[in-house]
Amino acid sequence: MKITRRKLLTTTLAASAAVGMPHVWIPGSRDAWGATLKKGEPLKVGVLFSLTGALAVPEEDSTLVLQYAFDEINKAGGIGGVPVEPVIVDAKSDFSVYSEKTKELILREKVIALFACYTSASRKAILPTIMQRDHLLYYPTCYEGAECTQNAICTGPIANQHSKDLIPYMVENFGKRVFFVGSNYVWPKESNKNAKIWLEQVGGELVGEEYIPLGSSEFGPVLNKIRDAKPNFIFSTVVGASDVAFHKQFKQEGFKVDQMPIASLTTGEIETRAMGAEFGAGHFLSAPYVQTLDNPTNHKFVDGFLKSKYGKNGVTHYNMEETYLSAYVFKAGFEKAAAAVGFENVTPRAIRDHSGGVRIGDDISPEGEVWIDENNFNTWLKPKIAQCQGDGTFKVLKSADTHVAPDPFSIYPESGVCTKDGLKAPDGKIRKGVI
Amino acid sequence: MDFGSVLNALILGVSIASIWLIAALGLTIIYGAAGVINMAHGALIMLGAYSSYMLQHYIGVPYLLCIPASFVIVAIIGLVLERGLIQYLYDRPLDTLLATYGVSLVLVQGVRLIFGSDPKYLAVPEIFSSNISLGFANISTFRVVVIAVTALLVLALWILFYKTRFGIQVRAVMQNKEMAASFGINSSRIYMMTFALGAGLAGVAGSLFGVLNIVLPTMGDSYVVQAFLMVVAGGGTLAGTVIASGFTGELQSVFAFITNDTFARFVIFLLIVVFLRFRPQGLFAKGGVRR
Repeated sequence: MKITRRKLLTTTLAASAAVGMPHVWIPGSRDAWGATLKKGEPLKVGVLFSLTGALAVPEEDSTLVLQYAFDEINKAGGIGGVPVEPVIVDAKSDFSVYSEKTKELILREKVIALFACYTSASRKAILPTIMQRDHLLYYPTCYEGAECTQNAICTGPIANQHSKDLIPYMVENFGKRVFFVGSNYVWPKESNKNAKIWLEQVGGELVGEEYIPLGSSEFGPVLNKIRDAKPNFIFSTVVGASDVAFHKQFKQEGFKVDQMPIASLTTGEIETRAMGAEFGAGHFLSAPYVQTLDNPTNHKFVDGFLKSKYGKNGVTHYNMEETYLSAYVFKAGFEKAAAAVGFENVTPRAIRDHSGGVRIGDDISPEGEVWIDENNFNTWLKPKIAQCQGDGTFKVLKSADTHVAPDPFSIYPESGVCTKDGLKAPDGKIRKGVI
Repeated sequence: MDFGSVLNALILGVSIASIWLIAALGLTIIYGAAGVINMAHGALIMLGAYSSYMLQHYIGVPYLLCIPASFVIVAIIGLVLERGLIQYLYDRPLDTLLATYGVSLVLVQGVRLIFGSDPKYLAVPEIFSSNISLGFANISTFRVVVIAVTALLVLALWILFYKTRFGIQVRAVMQNKEMAASFGINSSRIYMMTFALGAGLAGVAGSLFGVLNIVLPTMGDSYVVQAFLMVVAGGGTLAGTVIASGFTGELQSVFAFITNDTFARFVIFLLIVVFLRFRPQGLFAKGGVRR
């Protein structure tokens, strides 16, 4: 076949049109692409976490605990009589892979919901896709808030819940002078904005605020500044490998934990194990869950998980427990939706709309009863303050008396209030899908 | 801004410089002598940390002995790597770049398969987890150890390259491989030895970083970029790398003291880019013809 100039041009044009404007070729209605449920076929859900790369440490645990939770649900009869089938995908710690794989899970695997992400950066990468498909994301860990999408359910504490008790507790026990240290990205900065409000209320004084590049392990300059500023305690939102380096260098530089402890939102069992208990001992953590919580449900969860084939890493920590809860929030939401619209008509939208107010009782939830807010679809929970002991476990010193309400826009009242249908501005306008 | 704080910042600068330097030493040797851009350097650093972890965890070797042991283990790995792969690629610099990158992926994933992706822990003697305080000046004991090890290694390398027969041979091969060979120097053996030496140095760096930082399969990634910067800015010579690391370490500490850590890094990378614009061959470029 001879390729003429005209033929070449038209083919290239058609091809580039197909590539450049895919929406022309992809039906917009969800009937053609969305999940189709049939009684008797397993319920497919997407599990999208990084199993390799920089985020693998926490996210591998998330994947393992979800597999454990779904096994447990399936053993007890599944959801609506059918088993759950997790489709596990590695996001390789790469944000573009997160959004690609989200599309793949929704379009090709036709999952009914996604459990995904550990960082705000990856969540923000996949939310546009989720919203475009009117799908459903379970985000199973803490984040900063300031989002109001109609397609996400979060089972971790958000910024307004996380440090509410911690700051007053530390000021009362150690003194008014505090130094903020955080990793340099959105969650620590937003969390610190909240912490400043709590600090102001108890008359504390912020003597310094420093941010470290994500993944950096050089804390010498920051520790020198802390030495000069002489705070009574340090409030830390440093995450990941940096957090381990921070605690190690804190002790190596001669700081004393009883005179100037670090109050952290992130340093849990897994970090303490990585740094060695002697570097973690004495520091404080605020989280809804620690492994040593003394209640029958938690004993069952810890024993069951560590003995199962998924318990190879040897600990349970707050992030895993929040992820575990998300599976049960999904189960409860799905069953409620199925009861309302019929099993075969359940869509991601229906699950989300029926998840408001879903309660996970203390017979299932290791941290005690929690429930999903009917307006912003975050979780009502009791943050706890715990201190790391000499053996690397955490001892709960104080638990909130009542459940703390999630309020994603608490420090941005001018933006409005997050409702079921969107962000309601003070002038009454409703904006959908705010991220 | 009192005297004590400034002095502390300067002392810390020396410490940061020693960390940058020890990460870059192995790379300098390999790049300087063999001209190989060793992308697997970060993985070799990681292997150093895991060697120490293994020795300590399974055999119970004291930490201070783990440092030289890591040198030997990683040097042997480097030797195998050179004999098995790199020696066939010396005349193809782009291929070595790709091959060593591939090797680093294999090493990182291999370690992940064997040890899992959860972080490991290196125990050090109690004395290293405290600090030395001289009233106005403060430095952690472990940072002093890092500075001392780095200084010792630089001295040893200098003696090796400028005072021994082996050093003369290496420098001859660096200047002109064919001419050196015609004088009876076995250049292939020289390349093999320098590659193993460079790998071993990465191993020492790894066993030290395992204490300052976290032991993970991906831990080398953060060091390899700054190591490359030091080698390029230094021009690929030992003296160049030493001076480049000294300057950047001090600059980072001083800028971080005046402003903050993020800004300090921004300034350093900017200065290096500007420096390389006007002196692309680096601080001390080699005089002789190479390759």
